[in-house]
Amino acid sequence: MSLAAGDPLELKVTPDPYVTVRYAGASGDFNPIHIDEDFAKQVGLPGRILHGLWTMAQVARAHTDAAGGPEGLKRLSVQFRGMGRMGEEIVVTGTVREVGDGIAVVDSQAEQAGSRLIRNAVAEIAVS
Amino acid sequence: MAVKTEAIGKTYPAVLYAVGREKIREYAYAVGETNPLYLDVDAARAAGYADVVAPPMFAVVYSGRAVTPALFDPEVGINFANMLHAGQEFAWGPLVVAGDEITTTTEVKSISERGGMEFYEFETVSRNDRDETVCTGTWRQIVRGGGSS
Repeated sequence: MSLAAGDPLELKVTPDPYVTVRYAGASGDFNPIHIDEDFAKQVGLPGRILHGLWTMAQVARAHTDAAGGPEGLKRLSVQFRGMGRMGEEIVVTGTVREVGDGIAVVDSQAEQAGSRLIRNAVAEIAVS
Repeated sequence: MAVKTEAIGKTYPAVLYAVGREKIREYAYAVGETNPLYLDVDAARAAGYADVVAPPMFAVVYSGRAVTPALFDPEVGINFANMLHAGQEFAWGPLVVAGDEITTTTEVKSISERGGMEFYEFETVSRNDRDETVCTGTWRQIVRGGGSS
């Protein structure tokens, strides 16, 4: 697998209405803001919101897909921002910043309906 | 509000997590992964792994339960009503596969206050049963101050 500076990376995914329920079970994070519409509204949210770590998993998947598998992903750092919702497409975009010493450094973000859910994501992918 | 910094450096008992094949599959489906390494034992073995491989972000499953006691620790003193998960970082070593037993330790790395916000940073270090470090996690939480919720 080869990556060069300037190479783009993209992943699009539209979360279905039950994705937070499946992710709660899979991850063990049962915070009701993700799975209970009434509770989410009571605490001032527009409704149930995505788990930030699910969205981070989409960013990670964009990188492992680009790298041809999970072996190369050595580091991923993200900042969480806006609240992700079900039913609207999320677009992960990234660019290889530089390649050196066997490591490609990739900058990326995740956006939904013009609002950034994840920003300043930085990844390191081992390249041969 | 005055932030409490006494807990900086505090560590918590190690948490052992036994990685199961079906748990990896459940996690992979939940995040939309389709790579056969995560789902198909034969494909994983053909690629040289002992069993299905955990996606890198599966780290939240084995290390998340180790960081939770620190988040809820009264000595740390996080006000949950105003807490936001602000940032997350993972650094990975060898891949985790089904059958691995992962031991995770947690440390309070920093607590600080700036501009009416409280900043909490926790570190988890996860090792497999071959004593290889498979993942180091940095968990950053912000608590908005001033009692606004």
